[in-house]
Amino acid sequence: MTEQRKAVALISGGLDSFLAARTVMDQGVHVEGINFYTGFCVEGHTHAIREKDRARPKRNNALWVAEQLGIRLHIVDIIEEYMDVVINPQHGYGTHLNPCLDCKVFMVNKAREWIVEHDFDFIITGEVVGQRPMSQRKHTMTMVARDSGAGDRLVRPLCAQNLPPTLPEQKGWLERDRMYGFSGRSRRPQMALAAKYGFEDYAQPAGGCCFLTDRQYSIKLEDLWKTRGRREYDLDDIMLLKVGRHLRPRADLKLIVGREEGENRFLEGYRRRFVHMLPASHVGPLVLLDGNTDTNAIELAARLTARFSKGRDAGQVTVEINDRDGNSRMLAVRPMPADEIPADWYL
Amino acid sequence: MNTATIDARHLLCPLPVIRTQDAVADCRPGDHLQVVCTDPGVVHDIPAWCRVHGHEVYAIERSDNEIMIGIQVGEAD
Repeated sequence: MTEQRKAVALISGGLDSFLAARTVMDQGVHVEGINFYTGFCVEGHTHAIREKDRARPKRNNALWVAEQLGIRLHIVDIIEEYMDVVINPQHGYGTHLNPCLDCKVFMVNKAREWIVEHDFDFIITGEVVGQRPMSQRKHTMTMVARDSGAGDRLVRPLCAQNLPPTLPEQKGWLERDRMYGFSGRSRRPQMALAAKYGFEDYAQPAGGCCFLTDRQYSIKLEDLWKTRGRREYDLDDIMLLKVGRHLRPRADLKLIVGREEGENRFLEGYRRRFVHMLPASHVGPLVLLDGNTDTNAIELAARLTARFSKGRDAGQVTVEINDRDGNSRMLAVRPMPADEIPADWYL
Repeated sequence: MNTATIDARHLLCPLPVIRTQDAVADCRPGDHLQVVCTDPGVVHDIPAWCRVHGHEVYAIERSDNEIMIGIQVGEAD
């Protein structure tokens, strides 16, 4: 009797990983999915936080893809281990703080560890030669296979015909001519294949699925490292960078200003960690103060808090100031006029 | 049958799903797991995760700003 071969597919939640897994499943291989959570995933968080996004249908795209495929999905928390990838990428960053090549090596290596632990035979990714400028060029794809330790147990079904035969092909577990030779940035072959499978309503994230590819987010992360004097972060740090307006009016003070009710509610969860303020005489945002909270900083922050409240045009706004121990006091201030806020205060 | 409760409050998805997944790994078939969350996304994500792994969601209860999802653990692989 032929042994049932097993593969794990890296499932991002996009079209390519769906198609790659499906192509291998069609050849009789048992496939399960794996999805890595780095903390920088765009998926989920911002939708959960922002009020304006609440009308959108919420779904975890990786889970949705797994359901469409009828496979199990293992979601793996790699937040701690991933820090070294972000802070010390051996192959450097992309346009912003995105360490795409190191990230791919890291994730394929984690998948390699997983198949060893679970007695699976090979790994599937939805990569396509030439599709991404950093991590999906032919020579970097060879490097990912080598440096991750996956070697010829790494199969890219969508472009397998453009790459050397892998172990599953050599062993006859997979037929090369039942995989594909896609290349380049065009999405048409994938869309045609999706249509063949009747796969619709798949996620097409316009800005990618990782906050590290986002310019503004990267600026805020650089600022965090610079002001702390060391390149490190924890999960709360990187979550807070996704939320609110961030202003740095002084080198030693940053304000995180909720932009709407959903963000204010989220920031409330950090009240014990930060000195925070909110307008008492007018409707307005919850504001967290990160850094020095001396008398001058408090007054400056209160004037900015007033600026972002409904009392921005009033002569005076009363602001409630709360310390980390839950003590509060009131401070009446004149809202800071817009033209007194330099553009470079905004991160 | 055992019943366990997981506190996944103030965690945003997919972390409540990951906490659920980790807890289920320590359960036996038939055990009940109650996951207490605050992220509204869990009402989609935890049931979706349960469906692909063969576990049953027997309750979704909302109170104030919290959501409790009750899971009966399915058969192991």
